[in-house]
Amino acid sequence: MSDTEPVDWSKQLFDHLVAAGITLFPYVPDAGNKRLIEYAEEHNGVRPILLTTEEEGVAVCAGADLVREKAVVCMQSSGVGNIPNFLSFVNGGRFPILMMISMRGDYGEQNPWQYPMGQAVDPILTAMGVLLFHVDHMDDLAPATEAALSATFKSGKSAALILSQRFLGAKAF
Amino acid sequence: MTPAVLDRRKVLSQIFPNPDDYLFVTGLAGSARDTAGLTKDGTNLFTMAGAMGAATSMGLGVAMSAPNKKVVVVTGDGELLMNIGSLATVATIAPANFSIVCIDNGCHGETGGQTGHTSNKTNLKMMAEGAGFSSTLLIESEAELAQGVSFLNEAPGPRFVHLRVIDGAPTVFKRNMDLAECRIRFRSAF
Repeated sequence: MSDTEPVDWSKQLFDHLVAAGITLFPYVPDAGNKRLIEYAEEHNGVRPILLTTEEEGVAVCAGADLVREKAVVCMQSSGVGNIPNFLSFVNGGRFPILMMISMRGDYGEQNPWQYPMGQAVDPILTAMGVLLFHVDHMDDLAPATEAALSATFKSGKSAALILSQRFLGAKAF
Repeated sequence: MTPAVLDRRKVLSQIFPNPDDYLFVTGLAGSARDTAGLTKDGTNLFTMAGAMGAATSMGLGVAMSAPNKKVVVVTGDGELLMNIGSLATVATIAPANFSIVCIDNGCHGETGGQTGHTSNKTNLKMMAEGAGFSSTLLIESEAELAQGVSFLNEAPGPRFVHLRVIDGAPTVFKRNMDLAECRIRFRSAF
């Protein structure tokens, strides 16, 4: 995203997630979730959790659910490649896991290493029963977030909010 | 390294004389069976039967979301090693109400008893300390089991108990393997 971006979408998304009752933000650092996590660090009512691998975050979210709390795991698209086996308890146990995925390897990507995993994100998540809610434009953000929240915490599904590089902007190489 | 002497089927009841006081999350296989035996597959237990490497992180999510409960992860050496980075995550968050008990039999008991890293050079207590745990305890004798009770109650959390056992069979206990049912059971009781 450019410095001249007039809308602070990270703040909008953060406020939306907090209003839905989310208290834990496990994350693997990515440019796409940097400001979201900074908001979580500044907020007294929620906790960011720095992970070593994305699959930890899926399990943290499930643990929160076991005691009736809500969490969102934030990761770059590469991390989707690290989580499928943990999605087995999400799918089999019907845990309502919410993911926020900032994409690499799609619209405008300049690093050839990113394409294979980026292009595999949707089929991998679909294969494991995760519903996908894509954000390509600012107008998509609020309705896609609400749809993902409804799918998870109201309907008991697992869902991914997928922020494309068309929305985030592609990193220059 | 001295040969292990403890029988895994007899250790948990000694370090957890009052299992109802805790919420338990376990790894798969032997640690799940031992803890199911301890709690009689109680509503304060969520066991894994797959997703190897998930136990510590799931327990962390429980501990952070239920700060007034004592939360324990019981897992094995192989399960812990599969996601050993989770120890760093726990150490950074440092939840006071969280303990990990690693039942280290030095092998992969569920898949045929293949030798594990802890039978070679790997020391899990040192790895926990390296990750940033300040409260760690090695238990490898009957006498040290009593020390485990006070450690789990009094040492500042998070705590790591490294429990070395012989590579014998785990507790025989038929637990509920329907994970959706077990999720609802745990949530409903909380």
